[in-house]
Amino acid sequence: MPLKADNVSFRYRSRSWILRNLNLTILPGEIVGLTGPSGCGKTTLARLLAGFERPEAGAVLLDGQSLSVSGYCPVQLVSQHPEQAVNPRWRIRDTLCEGYVPDEALLSGLGIKNEWLKRWPNELSAGELQRFCVARALGHGTRFLLADEMTTMLDAVTQAQIWQVVLKVADERKIGILITSHDEQLIKRICHRSINLTPCL
Amino acid sequence: MKKEAVTTLLEVSDLSITFTQYISGLRQRTIRAIINLSVNINHGEVLAIVGASGSGKSLLAHAILGILPGNACVDGKMVYAGELLTPARQAALRGREIALIPQSVNFLDPLMRVGAQVRSGIFNGNSTALQREIFDRYHLAVGTEQLFPFQLSGGMARRVLVATAAVGSARLIIADEPTPGLHPMIVRETLAHLRELSATGSAVMLITHDISAALETADRIAVFYAGTTVETAPASDFCGDGELLRHPYSKALWQALPQNGFQPIDGSQPSIDNLPCGCLFAPRCSLASRDCLTTVPELRSLRGGETRCHHAA
Repeated sequence: MPLKADNVSFRYRSRSWILRNLNLTILPGEIVGLTGPSGCGKTTLARLLAGFERPEAGAVLLDGQSLSVSGYCPVQLVSQHPEQAVNPRWRIRDTLCEGYVPDEALLSGLGIKNEWLKRWPNELSAGELQRFCVARALGHGTRFLLADEMTTMLDAVTQAQIWQVVLKVADERKIGILITSHDEQLIKRICHRSINLTPCL
Repeated sequence: MKKEAVTTLLEVSDLSITFTQYISGLRQRTIRAIINLSVNINHGEVLAIVGASGSGKSLLAHAILGILPGNACVDGKMVYAGELLTPARQAALRGREIALIPQSVNFLDPLMRVGAQVRSGIFNGNSTALQREIFDRYHLAVGTEQLFPFQLSGGMARRVLVATAAVGSARLIIADEPTPGLHPMIVRETLAHLRELSATGSAVMLITHDISAALETADRIAVFYAGTTVETAPASDFCGDGELLRHPYSKALWQALPQNGFQPIDGSQPSIDNLPCGCLFAPRCSLASRDCLTTVPELRSLRGGETRCHHAA
């Protein structure tokens, strides 16, 4: 039941190719690192895998089928800019509970305080917002998690705290994870294998 | 003591910053974002400031430059080159003697060619010649000066920002998170530029949460937590298991790095509207005793550094 990018090619509008004939398979429970220079298409690949973009050629397949466009998406993306990933006009509680209602243990594990729940996104720091984005992405239907520079904006203690929770949940539920990061040490620490993406010429 | 007075460029002592906010109608509240923060920086030194996200690192930079928003109230003393840093003095110095390398490349004016932006920071001499010289130094091709910010790659825009700060004769350069989410090669290059600037006698304050980057570049490291300095230590103390570090939070930060154990501690930084009355780190500290919960530890000198902990030895 893998998540698979099958010969995927992509470009924005009619600009030059970002991804060309890319193949990638992530198995359930597998943790894969994705590295490469800025602008080589790491974020684009994550967006394709989560169904935010459609490949110009090739296909993204989950269990051999393309992603369904309705309902809770089993492939969840946590973006590197949490402030751009939440609705600024919703209280954070509404954003958090839009897809499912996370349990207390998960929230406290991520260091989320109860009083934060009724705040507006602009009253929370990027680090605090990112905890909500992580909690939101770990719904019961999640089978694959795409962590795009998920903890880059956080200090080391918070980073370790969030990863400890995510890795535990992933292990229990056999969630596959794709981690995009520039931090070679982080990739080395938590990934089973890593892929280096080279820019398209 | 005399010697220190000569070499210290900027001394910040007991800085506090509070913000006044309206909660509903005309009811106001004040929140304390920075409390009793002390830090100093010497000529030709790179001082890294690391710490928890939202611990007030950028606020310190803005306070030094005097560019905090109108509802901020600053208390405490800042002395720059032997002179008290007043708002008038800040206005005269910023952009000339004190330069900022901002956090985001969005700080470039989107409607102005980058060459002209760099030239606007030059006050003496032939600005075009100086600007070309600095572009050459930072490997920006000759045609780059004619480009607008949107035409630059992320790495190039970063180099333009560094050039803007380096082109004048700034004696204090404050770099606010200059390397987030950048490829390791560009990170190393940017840090090397900062190191180079300090070699020419300028002081560099490097604000970052990338401890590895800080260690590579800085002479001393100040650790921030919840709006105060918990420790200042020579960079060489960040080694091994962190046994040379003085404060439990510095140790936790060190041990949480992916390369050293990846061990988190529970809880989160206290929110600024609900601070503990004793040591700010006490609720998460394994060493916390009754003293820690009731009295705020003073900043004290210890083994060539400074710390704010009752238990440090």
